[in-house]
Amino acid sequence: MSDIAQVRFRSATEETPLARRALIAVAVLGLGILVAAPLIVVFAEALAQGWAAAVASLGNRDALSAIRLTLTIAGISVPLTAGFGIAAAWFITKFDFRGKAFLITLIDLPFSVSPVVAGLCIVLMFGTNSLVGGWLVASGYPIVFALPGIVLATMFVTFPFVARELIPVMIEQGRAEEEAALTLGASGWRVFWTVTLPNIRWALLYGVLLCNARAMGEFGAVAVVSGKIRGQTATMPITIEMFYNEYLSVAAFSLAAVLTLLALVTLLLKTALEIRHADQLAALHP
Amino acid sequence: MTIAISSLTKSFGPTHVLRGIDLGIEAGELVALLGPSGSGKTTLLKIIAGLDWPDAGALAVDGQDWLALPAQKRRIGFVFQSYALFPHMTVRDNIAFGLTVRPRAERPGKSVIAARVDQLLGLLQIPHLADRFPTQLSGGQRQRVALGRALAIEPSVLLLDEPFGALDAAIRRDLRRWLREVHEATKSTTIFVTHDQEEAFEMADRVVVMGEGRIEQIGTADQIHDHPASPFVARFMGAVVELPVALRAGRVEAAGLDASALERRAMADGPARLFLRPDAIALEPDAASPWVLSHKASNGAVIRATLRREDGTELPVDLLRHSAPEVTLGAAYRLRPLTGAVFSAEGAAQSGGPSPLPLLKEHRK
Repeated sequence: MSDIAQVRFRSATEETPLARRALIAVAVLGLGILVAAPLIVVFAEALAQGWAAAVASLGNRDALSAIRLTLTIAGISVPLTAGFGIAAAWFITKFDFRGKAFLITLIDLPFSVSPVVAGLCIVLMFGTNSLVGGWLVASGYPIVFALPGIVLATMFVTFPFVARELIPVMIEQGRAEEEAALTLGASGWRVFWTVTLPNIRWALLYGVLLCNARAMGEFGAVAVVSGKIRGQTATMPITIEMFYNEYLSVAAFSLAAVLTLLALVTLLLKTALEIRHADQLAALHP
Repeated sequence: MTIAISSLTKSFGPTHVLRGIDLGIEAGELVALLGPSGSGKTTLLKIIAGLDWPDAGALAVDGQDWLALPAQKRRIGFVFQSYALFPHMTVRDNIAFGLTVRPRAERPGKSVIAARVDQLLGLLQIPHLADRFPTQLSGGQRQRVALGRALAIEPSVLLLDEPFGALDAAIRRDLRRWLREVHEATKSTTIFVTHDQEEAFEMADRVVVMGEGRIEQIGTADQIHDHPASPFVARFMGAVVELPVALRAGRVEAAGLDASALERRAMADGPARLFLRPDAIALEPDAASPWVLSHKASNGAVIRATLRREDGTELPVDLLRHSAPEVTLGAAYRLRPLTGAVFSAEGAAQSGGPSPLPLLKEHRK
């Protein structure tokens, strides 16, 4: 018995224990330093002078107005971007036409253009000195340094998220199901609601969540367009920066903590939905 | 519903997919569109369905111009090659889909729809699967659901695109017979697309052989088998042996060939090509023949023999092991074709089409 060498079988894809531990360490360390630690620091700084100080700083008129403004902007821009994203993805994947590749590149443009440049473009187009902007301001509908401009800037920056999530999914699904629904007598609208939308709802949800997170957190483009008018056009990220620059560290970090919490809530929502509909997800991807 | 198709053409860019299709289909007929891939058969089916549009031509069903009608209004049942079931709906909801999406005025009541679905589930022999999702079904079961969904709207025309393409052989045979029975029961005009001759001939009343965007021949299994209309059809039907011959007074002549079993042809004298299937050739010992048996292999039922000529040309012959006389390697044999098709030399050369096994090419060593 003793002269039989013991053979340890290892699966072909399995690494040595040393390599495995090294990989895990790198992953944990990276996540810890880059993601977890800053999150903890934000909350720790916010609560540095106790709960009372943190909550009181949030009761500040500017902070409240910033929270209201950011939620309003997300509430307007996310549904609009989602709508445009679905339309663009539908158009690109269900029809053949010239210039399709160009259109896809155009959708990706906001990813490659700096948000600050995007903001400047909006100022140039709709500012008081431009033809359109001058007329709009004269008519009492200013775009720049007002809510519409911030919404425009946010939409520009977040435009690719929904479309980019949907296009690969819709390409993979092909057109056969829609064609089947058509031959069964369903109208185009009906096909969209009963066949297309249920098929893309998970991709759409991811797209909307990403879009929402970015819409609430956008700084560069909004900073240019909004004019940073305290209590009027200063969104949460901009107000946080103002507080921080004024050495109001508790106020800055408390507001930052709220912004972080909003993001965490959407993430939790997504996870909860995934757990609840796990069977359906599995059914869609055998 | 009678379908009349005339001069239908369609191109995708520079590729001509349909080059003028004329076809009439009678009410209640079961027709197969048979052809190799790229022959335009699926495009023709999609045009009939309203999922694709021709560049020119006419499509009329019972005298009504269908090219002016969108797919939704044609009331066709289309069964997709990939089935295209709705993954988020149960089998029951999939089958009921065509009824539930009707405008309120035409929509049957909930109980009527449920009863219709139950009846179809029975006909499809899958009542136990009613509450499953498509991903929980096997290929054959999905096929039945796809057919049920198409039949639920009582289609004027039933169209099937490679209906059994993705299934294994045993299930395919079962479903074929069963689909034939469903057709007998519903009597709906049915067109299906296939590249499988056996499938086409076994199921269809008439077979339309297509090649490179044209209809090459329309007929029953026996007609197409015995009298292929073109070299393309002859090759597609498995006549892979092509012999250059001479025609004299309607008779085919060539060295080592005994064509006495073939009918006389009403064709002008001159060079021609004879198309033969390897299983329709008998061998008779003849020392004067240039064909020498160079190789033979048995699969138990059939002996596949290879005959070789001095110039290196080889041709295959399939002999039934239990009924054909014994053959010996190295001996010379005369070919005695039992059936065959003759085409004039230039006609045969012109017509392209896939030649599945061009065995008569010269194999010089």
